[in-house]
Amino acid sequence: MSEQGARELKSHCFRAEREGDWRKLERLLTKAEGGRPQRLSASELMEIPLLYRSAVSALSVARATSLDASLVAYLENLATRAYFFVYGARARLPERLARFFRHDWPAAVASLWRETLIATAILVFATGVGFALVWSNPDWYGSFLPDALAGGRDPTATTAFLKDTLYHPAKDQPLSVFATYLFTHNAGVSILAFALGFAFCVPTALLVADNGLTMGALMALFASRGLLVPLGGWLSIHGTTELFATVIAGAAGFRIGWAVMFPGPLTRLEAARTAGRTAGAAMAGVVIMLVAAGVLEGVGRQVIRLDWARYAIGGSMLALWLAYFYSPRRKLT
Amino acid sequence: MTAVPQTPRPATPEDRFIRRFITPEGTDLRLTLGSGGDRAAAFVLDVLIIVISLILFTIIVGVIAASAGLKNAEPWGIVWLLGFFVARNGYFIVFEAGPRAATPGKRMLGLRVAARDGGRLTAESVFVRNAMREIEVFLPAVFLLAANTAGDPVEGWVVLLGLVWTGAFLLFPMFNRDRLRLGDVVAGTWVVKSPRRALVVDLAASQSGGGFAFTPEQTAAYGVKELQVLEDVLRTRDKRTMAAVAERIRGKIGWYRQADERDEAFLTAYYAALRRRLEHRLLFGHRRRDKFDKA
Repeated sequence: MSEQGARELKSHCFRAEREGDWRKLERLLTKAEGGRPQRLSASELMEIPLLYRSAVSALSVARATSLDASLVAYLENLATRAYFFVYGARARLPERLARFFRHDWPAAVASLWRETLIATAILVFATGVGFALVWSNPDWYGSFLPDALAGGRDPTATTAFLKDTLYHPAKDQPLSVFATYLFTHNAGVSILAFALGFAFCVPTALLVADNGLTMGALMALFASRGLLVPLGGWLSIHGTTELFATVIAGAAGFRIGWAVMFPGPLTRLEAARTAGRTAGAAMAGVVIMLVAAGVLEGVGRQVIRLDWARYAIGGSMLALWLAYFYSPRRKLT
Repeated sequence: MTAVPQTPRPATPEDRFIRRFITPEGTDLRLTLGSGGDRAAAFVLDVLIIVISLILFTIIVGVIAASAGLKNAEPWGIVWLLGFFVARNGYFIVFEAGPRAATPGKRMLGLRVAARDGGRLTAESVFVRNAMREIEVFLPAVFLLAANTAGDPVEGWVVLLGLVWTGAFLLFPMFNRDRLRLGDVVAGTWVVKSPRRALVVDLAASQSGGGFAFTPEQTAAYGVKELQVLEDVLRTRDKRTMAAVAERIRGKIGWYRQADERDEAFLTAYYAALRRRLEHRLLFGHRRRDKFDKA
């Protein structure tokens, strides 16, 4: 027996020979994970995949031949970290953004067209219901617009007052702060509407419908005073963007809820993930749309007081979004 | 990506969180999933960080706005509103989309987010998994707060039902094997352990083994499992444990203790001898699992 014959352990020789490479890989990874991969030189970046492969092969060898548990654990850890870096390597931020705007966002929204139609139908229907109910009996108004939200715009208000709310901004709030507030509030609600989709679509539908009811009630009140056209301008300047964003958020929620309920040939988990990928891109876009809506509502609406100009802006924004999302484009792989 | 994760049945309770994860090179990385406790702790840390930084942020913005006067305070109002929005919605997204794929809280507990299919973790996935937090954390919190203000019994019941309903989302990770929360399900991600581990010295490398000569029979007493327990004991270096273990081994292999023999030196020498034998046998295809294994 060779108890004394083999002066050095084979596994120890193996480690001594490779240790330098492992430590080098560890050093590069620490640098790369430090948040600024661009600090790595080009040659260092090229080296990581090579070192990663040698670490992975070392791991296989170590598992088969070494009984040093700490060494195997170290290599497992090192190989995993390197794996995430090598295979997780993403394009740089500008490229990712460009891809998002050129392809991912419109493609995601376009593929949600069925859900978008459903959400639109719910919104329109709820608006009609809200309108009809308040038109036939103004008592309904308070159920759709709580006093806090109405801000004096209720059936007891004078026509002159109602007209005033359409053209004169609230004096106590600076425009840009107001716009920012509207954006953060709306974005929060949209994200909630999206997340609620997971609960089998119903809460999302309710949230979208709630939007419609409020709008319908408001329209009925103003219509009863012959102010429907000015109100339309007041709503549409930002509303085409904001409501479209709400509808897309609802559609994204529907997609996920539907995938969870009816996964089809995929497993439920797989279906949820596929739906999540599309819905996620669409939702990131919704946040951007709401920034635009916030600016239009907080600033544009307060500065532009002409009905036709408000309609024109609202209409062209809608046309812009529709063209951006649904116009045919080349497929990006 | 060719990495295919599979979930074999756990062999032991400790293996419950280990998942097979084959790289394109064909090696199994054996990922360890983050346990529920670790993840909850990471989340609490993150929330603390957010709350504390928001308080500091509010104070700073308040002081600046106050010194700027009421007329010039407007931009600071915007900064404050946006700061709040970004802290609540952006904190997790920005950190998890970064090169470490982990928030500071996760990093402190050695966790990171990874795509379940072994592919790259996309920004959309990160966005989705954090947007879902709205119904996992935010909604239950809203219902909890509403419970305080519920006026009549009916409203109370509604709040209770809401709490149960949303509580199901919150507790979702406890009812699946991979500890996925809703966001993970929808985003196709999971949270794995990825602690920094340092390369420690090879115990068999120390040349202090001189003076100990073990017979083949003496080194044949144990298997791999005992070897690794011994490695653990030697790395922990607790005097009393080492004395007890050394005593057990001496008894088992019939070793007579010399007058000036230190326990640690004896154990290190025996470890090296045992490993040499077991690795030698390993090369010939015999892996002796433990002392009961006759291989």
